[in-house]
Amino acid sequence: MIDKPHLDEEALAELRDVMEDEFDILIKTFLMDSSDRIAHLRSALEHEDADRFSKSAHSLKGSCINIGAPRLGELCFDAEKAGRESRLQEAAELVDAIESEFRKVEAGLKEFLH
Amino acid sequence: MDDSLSDNRPLRILIADDSDSDRLILKTLLRRLGHEVEDAGNGEEAVEIFRRSGADIVLLDALMPVMDGMEAARHIKALAGERLVPLIFLTSLSDADALARCLEAGGDDFLTKPYNRIIIEAKINAFNRMRLMHRTLSHHRDLIRDRNRQLLEEQKVAKRVFDNVAHTGCLSAPNIRYHASPMSIFNGDVLFACPRPAGGMQILVGDFTGHGLPAAIGAMPVAEIFYGMTSKGFSGSDVLREINQKLGRIMPTGMFCCAAMIQADFHLNQLQIWNGGLPDGVLVRKDGSLESIASRHLPLGVVNAARFDAGMEVFHTEPGDTLLMMTDGVMEAENRQGEMYGEERLKRSLADAGTAGSPFDVVMEGIHAFTGNQQEQDDVTLLSLQMVEESELVGVSERLPQSALEGPAEWQCVYEIKDRSLEQFSPLPLLLHICMEVPGLRRKSGEIYTLLSELYTNALEHGVLGLSSDWKATPDGFGRYYAERERRLQSVSDHFIRFTLTHTMTDWGGQLTIVCEDSGAGFDYLDPSPANNESGYSGRGLMLLRKLGRSLTFREYGTRAEIVYDWHFSEVAARDGNTNSQTGGWS
Repeated sequence: MIDKPHLDEEALAELRDVMEDEFDILIKTFLMDSSDRIAHLRSALEHEDADRFSKSAHSLKGSCINIGAPRLGELCFDAEKAGRESRLQEAAELVDAIESEFRKVEAGLKEFLH
Repeated sequence: MDDSLSDNRPLRILIADDSDSDRLILKTLLRRLGHEVEDAGNGEEAVEIFRRSGADIVLLDALMPVMDGMEAARHIKALAGERLVPLIFLTSLSDADALARCLEAGGDDFLTKPYNRIIIEAKINAFNRMRLMHRTLSHHRDLIRDRNRQLLEEQKVAKRVFDNVAHTGCLSAPNIRYHASPMSIFNGDVLFACPRPAGGMQILVGDFTGHGLPAAIGAMPVAEIFYGMTSKGFSGSDVLREINQKLGRIMPTGMFCCAAMIQADFHLNQLQIWNGGLPDGVLVRKDGSLESIASRHLPLGVVNAARFDAGMEVFHTEPGDTLLMMTDGVMEAENRQGEMYGEERLKRSLADAGTAGSPFDVVMEGIHAFTGNQQEQDDVTLLSLQMVEESELVGVSERLPQSALEGPAEWQCVYEIKDRSLEQFSPLPLLLHICMEVPGLRRKSGEIYTLLSELYTNALEHGVLGLSSDWKATPDGFGRYYAERERRLQSVSDHFIRFTLTHTMTDWGGQLTIVCEDSGAGFDYLDPSPANNESGYSGRGLMLLRKLGRSLTFREYGTRAEIVYDWHFSEVAARDGNTNSQTGGWS
């Protein structure tokens, strides 16, 4: 169902061009920020706070799209919708999927740092 | 804050986004484009930064913790006030409703993620152009507002000056009613009224072409000439001639003054009217019938002195008759449909009202009913002059202006007028002017004028021309008298009338002696014939003065008449206190 790539290489190349020396900082910031947000998603789920869940998913979606991780962004968008519609069971499954996709993105981005 | 209109300096851009990586990307992008960037992690921080240091353009993430972008947008717009601070929402929102809400909150546009640096640069540039244009417009608007305020301020000052020139009128007389906008002078409308020293009054209604200061400037000399000449006893025609000449000289081609001069005589019960370019005046008779007073002349300031016709039409009236004169603002008063009030409607309201209600009220109500709740049109000037018994106007002429200058007290002058000048020229204004140099005599101008005019008329008509006042006893004879007077004036030669005026101070005031001699064969000044009674034309002034209890002695020897006129300090002071508190300390 999701056929988007893990990483958009073209977008990342452009970012590297724009960020120059700060590219490494950007990637590190993204990774730190994202694991924070995944933790937020879990905590929102535990408190059954669908609104907070959906907002966190929305924010994470934005940064994923910007950094060039479209598949992760798509999963976040699904999570955002599930949260908005209070489908918490589905949301829990999506967080797992997000976490696993994030691992892949993280690994891919670390490749880029070299 | 930022005053220079030429902008090559970097823009100060404020960004707010709770995602650290997004913020970092945007900040770097904008810095690479050469702008100065401040960033905030939520809406509240963004508002705080904006409050502290402002920004040229603000980029806001829509969804943020603590304070979201929509609320921050409202605060920032409020803080910016009149300044245009473009506000662009950063969003990965995809549904149309959410995007629309961003714009309703005060956003000017949005940028969607992922950021595209070409789009970002283009939008920043576009909004910067809009920002600069807005600032230029605001700057011009402020400039215009300031100029306008300054202009109004200047108009107020000009109006004060103008009011000082024109304040001496008798528009407050009980038989005059008028409507004029307080700032009507800047629409070019003028309305002056002045008592005549010989009794009665003179009124000028005028409407200058154009608006604003150019129209007002022409009004100044008109006011000066009108009041100056009228209070010295010049006739309406004389004043018109002088004004016409003055305006012709000072005003550019195409600028002139439509005007009507009204000379009202309440003793003879007649109106003399000259209408040059104003709408038809209306004489509303006591019985309700109407008479039009059409314009028969070109406006003032159009033709040169040689071609100017200052002849006034005479209307015989009765107490209770009312004259209405107006500027074309009355005719052109518009209703909501843009129709004009016009002469037809004016006459119809007057005819419908008949003898009920004052014509002034009828017309004013007519205009209001016609224009409805339209904003008051400020170039509506309407004058109503009611003919009344002379006795109802006692005191009006005492409002003539008082000069604070001390005048001569001890003097004598001899003035002789000869031959053709007897036909062409009246020496009365000049002689009155000489007497008015004595401060104590200024409030007596009416009485002095009457004395001079009685002596002069007698010397000319009975002395020089040898006319008999017996003729005036019958209506037929009256006409014959004046026809003969005209005829004999044409051929007068080797004649003179000589006035010797002497003024001296006394312990109680002053004494003016007027001697009038003529070259005629001599006649009986105190002719006891029936025509010489006090209700007739001849000699009435002397009888009137006697009745007023003037200290007056009168001697005559056929070709020489002498009047000694005493005035008292106490009278002058008392009248000053009553009627002219403005000039205060003069005594």
